[in-house]
Amino acid sequence: MNDNEHLLKHIAKEPSAGYDRKIMDYIHNAATHGLYEIRGMGAKRAVPNFDDLVLLGASLSRYPLEGYREKCVTKTVLGTRFASKPIELEIPITIAGMSFGALSANVKESLGRAATELGTSTTTGDGGMTAEERQSSKTLVYQCLPSRYGFNPDDVRRADAIEIVIGQGAKPGGGGMLLGQKISPRVAKMRTLPEGIDQRSACRHPDWTGPDDLVIKIQELREMTDWEKPIYVKVGATRTFHDVKLAVHAGADVIVVDGMQGGTAATQTCFIEHVGIPTLAALRQAVDALEDLDMKGKVQLIISGGVRTGADVAKALAMGADAVAIGQGVLYALGCNHDAYTLDGAVHSACDDYANLGTAAGFCHHCHTGRCPVGITTQDEQLAQRLMPDLGAKRLKNYLKTLNMELTTLARACGKQNVHHLEREDLAAMTIEAAAMARLPLAGTDWVPGF
Amino acid sequence: MDSLSFDLAATPLRDLNRFLHKEAVTQGIRHVTVLHPDGAHNIAVGLDAPVAVEIAGHAGYYAAGMLKHGEVTIQGNAGTGVAENMMSGKVHVKGFASVSAGASAHGGLLVVDGDTSLRCGISLKGGDIVVGGSVGSFSGFMAQAGRMVICGNAGDALGDSLYEAVIYVRGNIKSLGADARIEDMAESDYQAVGELLAAAGFSYDPHEFKRVASAKSLYHWNADANQEY
Ligand code: SF4
Repeated sequence: MNDNEHLLKHIAKEPSAGYDRKIMDYIHNAATHGLYEIRGMGAKRAVPNFDDLVLLGASLSRYPLEGYREKCVTKTVLGTRFASKPIELEIPITIAGMSFGALSANVKESLGRAATELGTSTTTGDGGMTAEERQSSKTLVYQCLPSRYGFNPDDVRRADAIEIVIGQGAKPGGGGMLLGQKISPRVAKMRTLPEGIDQRSACRHPDWTGPDDLVIKIQELREMTDWEKPIYVKVGATRTFHDVKLAVHAGADVIVVDGMQGGTAATQTCFIEHVGIPTLAALRQAVDALEDLDMKGKVQLIISGGVRTGADVAKALAMGADAVAIGQGVLYALGCNHDAYTLDGAVHSACDDYANLGTAAGFCHHCHTGRCPVGITTQDEQLAQRLMPDLGAKRLKNYLKTLNMELTTLARACGKQNVHHLEREDLAAMTIEAAAMARLPLAGTDWVPGF
Repeated sequence: MDSLSFDLAATPLRDLNRFLHKEAVTQGIRHVTVLHPDGAHNIAVGLDAPVAVEIAGHAGYYAAGMLKHGEVTIQGNAGTGVAENMMSGKVHVKGFASVSAGASAHGGLLVVDGDTSLRCGISLKGGDIVVGGSVGSFSGFMAQAGRMVICGNAGDALGDSLYEAVIYVRGNIKSLGADARIEDMAESDYQAVGELLAAAGFSYDPHEFKRVASAKSLYHWNADANQEY
C-alpha cells in the first residue's frame, strides 16, 4: 500500500461528527418504522449534575461533628403552610410518584413497606391508588394527574397529601403513555380503559388551565379534605423560576420540581433527551423563586430527577431543597438492570430475557414493553413473581438507609447537627457549567460565572 | 327539622362544606339551601351523603365537585367544572354551565337546562350528562365511558379521541374530532336516550338524535395512520 492509498483509506473511514453511528441508526429506524422511539427511564445524555459539585467539609474555619457519635437530625416536615396535618418524615428522602400499571402491585407494596419502615412517604401515579400501596404505606401522597385515571374522592380522603401533577421532568408538556402490553384487566379497570390499548394520557388537566384556575383547584382540594392535607404541586423543570412562583401564588404547600434526568415508564425519546433543564439548574431556580417571595421554609421544596446517592441528597439539601424524591434509584435498588433475579429462594439468570428484549443487563430501558426481566415494570403475573414484596422491601430499605447514612455522615463532616442546616456556603462547583447553573463558585475561586 | 339554610353572604363557605362533610348526616339534615351563593367557588365539593343541596343563585367553579350520593341543584348558572369527577348522585344546573362541565365524571347524572361552554364531558369516565341546549367545542374530548345527550347543537371537534363513551346529538355538529364518527342508532340507543331524557325532564323524541362514537383507529399505534400526535 503506497502513501496515497493509505491516506485514502483513512479518509474513506472518517466518521462524521454530525451524522455519527447513533444518529444514522436513528434515521434508519425512523425510515423503517415511521414512528418515534418510545422507551422508559430518563435522559441518557451527560448533563451537569450533583457529581459536579463538592461539599466543603469542616477544618479550621468550621469544626465537624463526630461521625458516629454525635446526633444529626434528619426529621423533615412538609406542608406547614396551610394544612392542619402536615407530613412528618423521619428522613428527607421520599419515593417519587410511579404508577401501578407502570409498576407491578408487588413493587408498589415493596415501596410502601420500605418507606413505612424508614418513616418516609410513597406516592401514587397515573392510574390511581391500589389497596396494596395504601395498606403498606404509612404516609401516601395521592397524585391528581391530567388523566384523572382512577381519581376518586374516597382515595382523596384516604390520602395523607395530594400532589397536583402539572408536569414530569422526563416530559414537561407531555402526557403519560402506557403501551397495550401493560393494560392488563386490572389496570384497564382502574383506568376505565379498554384492555390492551396503547394509552396516551392527557397533558392538560380537564378542569383548569392557567395559574388563576389553579388557585381555585387547590382550594377545591382543600375544601374536599377540610384543610387537613398538604397540597403539593409538581412541575417538570423548564421555566422553573416562574413556575415555582406561580405555584406559590396558587397556594401550594409543597412544590416538587422534577429535573430532566427524571425517569418515566414510557415516553418518546425525543422528549426524554431534549425537553427540560437539568435538575441542578432547576433546583437553583426554584430556591431563588422561594427566596424572592420570602417563602423559603414556609413552602417546602422537593427536588427529583437523578438523585442517586447520599452525596446527591446532601448537595440537594445544601442548595436549598427540603427533601428529595427518588424514582429510578428505587428501581435500581429493586434490581433493575441486574443480571439475575430471585424466584422461590433460588437465583436465576435474567440474561436471556434481556437478550429477548434486544438489550442486556446494564443497558435496559425497556420498561415500556411490560417484559421487565427482573419483574419490576410489568403486569405479567409470572414476571411479577420475580420480585416479591419481602425481598423488594428489604433491598429498598437497605438502599434508603445507605443514602441516609451517607447524608448524615456528610452533614456531620460539614459541622451540621441537622441535615437541613446544610447550606449553599458548604458547596463548590467542579465545572464552569455546574457553577453557572447552580450559581456556586468554581472550586478554589470565588468566581460564579455570570455574577 | 330536616332542612337548614346557609347564607353565604354572612357565613364562610368553609362552614357550609364542613357541615356537609361532617355534620349533615349525624344531625339528620336531608335538605340544605345555600342563599346568596353569588358565584362562590367550590360550593358543596366532596359531598358524600344523601343530602339535597339547593343553591339559590349562581355558583362559581367546581360546584358539587367529586359528588357522591347527594343531589345538588343550582338555580342559576354554574362556573367551570361543575360536577367534575362526580361519582354518583345528581347535579342539576337550571341555567347555563361554563367550561368542563362534568369533566372526568365517573358516575351520576349531570343535567344542564341551558347551554354549556367548551369541553363539556371532557375525560368522562362513566357518568351521564344531559344538556338541554348546545355544547361548545371539544366536548367529549378523550371521554372514556358514560353517555352524553345533547339536545341542541355541538361545536367543533366533538368527541375528539373518544374511547368508549357515546354521545347523542339532536342538533347540528359543527365538526367531529379525530377518531369520532357518526354511527347508526340501535334500539338500545333509543332506549338509553329515552331514559336519560326522562331522568333529565326533557320530552324530546329519541328518534331525533344521532349517535357519535369512537372509530377506534387511535387505540393502537400505527405509523401509516398519519396520527397527529
Ligand atoms: S430492568 Fe426492568 S425496570 Fe429496569 S429498565 Fe429494564 S424493564 Fe425497566
